[in-house]
Amino acid sequence: MFVGYFTERPYQDFESGWVGATGREIEDLGMTNGDYNPRIGAELYNRYLDEKVYAEEMGFDGLMLNEHHSTPFCMGGVMNVEAAILARITKRAKIVLLGNVLPIWEDPLWLAEELAEIDMISRGRLVTGWVRGTGRESVAHNSQAPFNWERFQEAHDFVVKAWSTPGPFRWEGEHYQYRYVNPWARPYQEPHPQIWIPGVMSRNTVKWCAEHRYPYVMLATEIEPTKKSFEYYDEVARENGYEASTEHHGYLFKVHVDETEELAEEAGRKYISGPANPFLEGNQGTVRSNLQNLPGLTSRTQLLPTVSTFAAAARGRQSDRDAALAEKDAETDKVDADAFGTYEEQVNKYSIITGTPKTVIPKIRHVLEELRPGNIFFWDGDGAMNHEDAMRSLKLFGEEVIPAVREMGKELDLKGAFEVDTQTGAPMSGD
Amino acid sequence: MTTQTETHSQIAVEVAGLKVSALQDGSGPNIVVLHHSTGSPGWIPFYDQLAANHTVTVLDMPGYGQSERPGWARHPRDIAILLHSAIHKMGIDTDAHLLGLGFGGWVAAELASMHLHGLDSLILVGAAGVQPEEGEIADVIFYEFEEYVKLGFSSDEAYAEVFGDEAAPELKELWDFSREMTARLTWKPWMFNRQLPHLISEVETPTLLLWGENDRVVPLGVAEVYDASLPNSTLQVVEGAGHLVELENPQAAADAVTSFIAGL
Repeated sequence: MFVGYFTERPYQDFESGWVGATGREIEDLGMTNGDYNPRIGAELYNRYLDEKVYAEEMGFDGLMLNEHHSTPFCMGGVMNVEAAILARITKRAKIVLLGNVLPIWEDPLWLAEELAEIDMISRGRLVTGWVRGTGRESVAHNSQAPFNWERFQEAHDFVVKAWSTPGPFRWEGEHYQYRYVNPWARPYQEPHPQIWIPGVMSRNTVKWCAEHRYPYVMLATEIEPTKKSFEYYDEVARENGYEASTEHHGYLFKVHVDETEELAEEAGRKYISGPANPFLEGNQGTVRSNLQNLPGLTSRTQLLPTVSTFAAAARGRQSDRDAALAEKDAETDKVDADAFGTYEEQVNKYSIITGTPKTVIPKIRHVLEELRPGNIFFWDGDGAMNHEDAMRSLKLFGEEVIPAVREMGKELDLKGAFEVDTQTGAPMSGD
Repeated sequence: MTTQTETHSQIAVEVAGLKVSALQDGSGPNIVVLHHSTGSPGWIPFYDQLAANHTVTVLDMPGYGQSERPGWARHPRDIAILLHSAIHKMGIDTDAHLLGLGFGGWVAAELASMHLHGLDSLILVGAAGVQPEEGEIADVIFYEFEEYVKLGFSSDEAYAEVFGDEAAPELKELWDFSREMTARLTWKPWMFNRQLPHLISEVETPTLLLWGENDRVVPLGVAEVYDASLPNSTLQVVEGAGHLVELENPQAAADAVTSFIAGL
């Protein structure tokens, strides 16, 4: 079992009114960076790096970063810079990037070079991961939405080739063209770092991911739709002549551990306050559905069941089309979208797990038994949680939760992508 | 939009291996109509007015409506070149007036820049295609697709008069479907071509620039650039109307077009 740590690195300005229910509107791409304070940014970037270093000390296998643009809920617009620093200041943990938004890169050769450098500086600890973006990324970097999926696939093929085929070679693709591909930096890992694909919504992506035998990491989706997505992955795997197993399945979920139940609840409630990801259930903030629904960004027949718990559950207006799709695609998974709001309800359905190690461990076990992922990430220190909240939890993860989870992993035979080669199914040595 | 008469016919030709479809009615000199970025909503009253004295052909541009998508097309000029062949094959390229609405006006201007021999006039209604000196052409990505259509009217009330409080599902489907094709053809820069003012500077074709006074999608500054670039253009503003002049005030729009043609 692979156990990773994640926080989305929100921009927390406790004077701004964005943290906590102080009445200031948090609208998707509706906030001016005239209110951004680089002094606060400086503190937060350093804090989040420090927490990652501590997470490694506490025994996490992976330190996960993500990337969003032009939004306060994630400071990782240039995640590769953070990754490069972690490559140098950590020693053992994998640096898991979930993920670079491939279609918005105008020059994926530059990405291939950056990632190769990170892999070398970390001496082979990079896990690379790629996403299509949520729409706001296409807006922020003005990437042509109808070609998002084509660009994702072509950039993937290009970067993998740039990493694994000796240059120079020429690339005259539909969306990317190079006359001389011969980067003077190659990944430390042969033939290249593992590629994991995170996602929530696109059926296309799951299918593509299974065809490539890449681990698919579901991001904080509910248990039932997550199961369905894994089942779809497995189905595609069988069509492609292999049996998918735990190493192909990843799951990110919110877990916060604390010294007392009272402290745990106080911190746990902070998940859904502050500038946390407005796409995810229960969070404050208004999603502008037109940004999710850019022309041609997602083809209409290609949505996973999780759409009902994802965009449709978010506050704010919802286009008829999205609602109709959610209804159609989720008909076997009836979920009351109105039931997402409260903290208690999220706790009840395992969307937020919080408590002392004694109460948290059985709940994690429930999730692992239900979903059987070989690669998991605990999502903590988010929303309005401060450094102290994050550090108390990390300490208890290290002392009590991770050891217990490793036992569960053995008992339930949940092998991760560094125990079994997802490409061949063969056991892996080392790591 | 409900069909006003059932007399118009559907015609189609094949261009570059793709079906290009159009609605046609009336008799007399040709008026060839290119629709907005949101697609052609069918036969609208404006066309009936024009069809009284003209053969009106309303094309579905390639990739829209009943016309097959050229998956390779990346620019309105690609569409203009396909339409060049299509209108020839349809036999409507002589004694012809080319009328472009909004985004279709951009395509029409690209087409006019190819110096069509049979083109008697060019009529651009709230046409996109060039960058205004001030202001910007509205950006579709910041609007729900229905809100974007509403923006085409001078007010929500004017929208409701045409489409009702809530548009029919098939119209919404059309708008959503069409904006995807539009996004394949224009993105960077959004809704204009920096080369176009230069390319049309030799177009002697008499041109009517017809704009709604309250156009919130394509500002009047765009008309001014067209007017400055085209050697033989006339600018006419329809009082009170929004971007979708032909829907909001069909009578005034048709009167402007027919009197322009009559005065040639």
